[in-house]
Amino acid sequence: MEFVSPEGLRLDGRRPMEMRQIRGEIGAVAKADGSAFFEMGNTKVIAAVYGPREVENRSQQISDQALVRCEYTMANFSTGDRMRKPKGDRRSTEISLVIRQTMEACILTHLMPRSQIDIFVQVLQADGGTRSACINAATLALADAGIPMRDLVTSCSAGYLNSTPLLDLNYVEDSAGGPDVTVGILPKLDKVTLLQMDAKLPMDIFENVMQLAIEGCKAIANYIREVLLENTKQLEYRRGP
Amino acid sequence: MRGFQLSLNQTQKLRLQRALEQLESLSSKSNSNASVAVADTIPVNYEDGVLKGHGTLDLDGEVVATLCGVVERVNKLVYIRTLRARYKPETGDIIVGRVTEIAPKRWRLDINFSQDAVLMLSSMNLPDGIQRRRTAVDELNMRSIFEENDIVCAEVRGFQHDGSLHLQARSQKYGKLERGQVLTISPYLVKRRKQHLHYLEEFGVDLILGCNGFIWVGEHVEAKGILIEDQTDKAEQLNTKSSSSTFMSLEEQERTYTSLETRQNICRIANAVRVLANLGFSVTVEVIKETVNLSSSLNLDIHEMLGSEFYVLVAEGEATRKSMFTKKKG
Repeated sequence: MEFVSPEGLRLDGRRPMEMRQIRGEIGAVAKADGSAFFEMGNTKVIAAVYGPREVENRSQQISDQALVRCEYTMANFSTGDRMRKPKGDRRSTEISLVIRQTMEACILTHLMPRSQIDIFVQVLQADGGTRSACINAATLALADAGIPMRDLVTSCSAGYLNSTPLLDLNYVEDSAGGPDVTVGILPKLDKVTLLQMDAKLPMDIFENVMQLAIEGCKAIANYIREVLLENTKQLEYRRGP
Repeated sequence: MRGFQLSLNQTQKLRLQRALEQLESLSSKSNSNASVAVADTIPVNYEDGVLKGHGTLDLDGEVVATLCGVVERVNKLVYIRTLRARYKPETGDIIVGRVTEIAPKRWRLDINFSQDAVLMLSSMNLPDGIQRRRTAVDELNMRSIFEENDIVCAEVRGFQHDGSLHLQARSQKYGKLERGQVLTISPYLVKRRKQHLHYLEEFGVDLILGCNGFIWVGEHVEAKGILIEDQTDKAEQLNTKSSSSTFMSLEEQERTYTSLETRQNICRIANAVRVLANLGFSVTVEVIKETVNLSSSLNLDIHEMLGSEFYVLVAEGEATRKSMFTKKKG
């Protein structure tokens, strides 16, 4: 199948190095300490953060840092065919773990000893790159909850199809079976916290693809920063002196 | 907008927008752009050296924010005042909390902090101000003072060396809160002041603005002597209660009766707090009173206070109030 037309356009009309439209919104869940909605093209996710709060299960309490938990779920209506998935299937367990580890790397857990932070992410509409979208939503939600972080974490995926590196794969491109590199970075510290690929790629091409994904991450980081700053300003001027 | 979805019509939308814009212009006049997001570099003058306070981190000699908020500078100290976050206790704060658990010699309270706070039995005084003697009977009767899910008003005593947060209730004014409602708002909307316990005489209502964002609105209690009644008396009461739990004694009914007017006042004040908190305006007694008076002068029903029109009116009122204030100042 042809994923890049001779004119250099992808199936949804993007250029190979073009990202889908992104949109982030803070404050989607009223009762949560922090919450956010994040959209990458047709992929839509919602994230809610509760905590830092008292540890529910005393045996899990850590005396010098916070316990971070994460739960990833997909809404039944998120995919093309409506499927009733059992809770805790292998895929969502794996993604929960990935998100937890990525977020834990940036949260300053030592500042909140003997407490727990719960991150819930739910996919409302899946169109490829849910992992990245969830991480971006979780970052926004954590910042909204006022949880101290080393840096923002942003994530973006990139692939390699028809011997062209493609940024931010959608579902059709994702299911083509080509390599799919998901990268999560700390933009300020310039460090990688997440790198996943489930195929083989030659070294030099992999470097190109990864670099492309990193560029995507940086663009998302700029956007997220703007959203957060705008939100902070609003809260501040409303509160008044 | 957070927490609520208003169905505004076109004019209401415009009016709300205009009021908010007015507020924005007012604050930008007085306050230079000191807002930061996570991972922003905070510009500092390196010549005199800086002390890095809360919410900052050192990164290759740069001061970097770890939170979203407003940069505050006090002499050499640079720190970030957060907006939306959990409560951060300071010694002496008056707080409202909910009892989550009874442990040996102590209650655990949920106070919207990263861990539960501890109220020791020995940190409570007897009604006549006498230090409590530690007896086994006392411990067994703890449930007659506070039970699980009771709302309690107390003061922050401080952090213990093991990192746990301790509370105290050594005065008549602290203790169990009954016959009213508790509202949870974001703690940054409550400013620390001299007075947090208010008696609104015109409504016959007690208002407690807990520093932790728990707001209590309840019927006025005359000198809270009910704090700790005689232990044996309570124990007896408990026994009788369990034997005839379905029927309240006439005396008890009278004691727990709240007049309709007071109940309406409670709801009106509570709704005023809800509106203010949803709009993100800081919550003080004066503003609450003003909002309540506005609603009653407009002859609005209690439930109508949560309608979109009232939100717009409150926003406009806040804008004019703030502009008046800045004019007076300048």
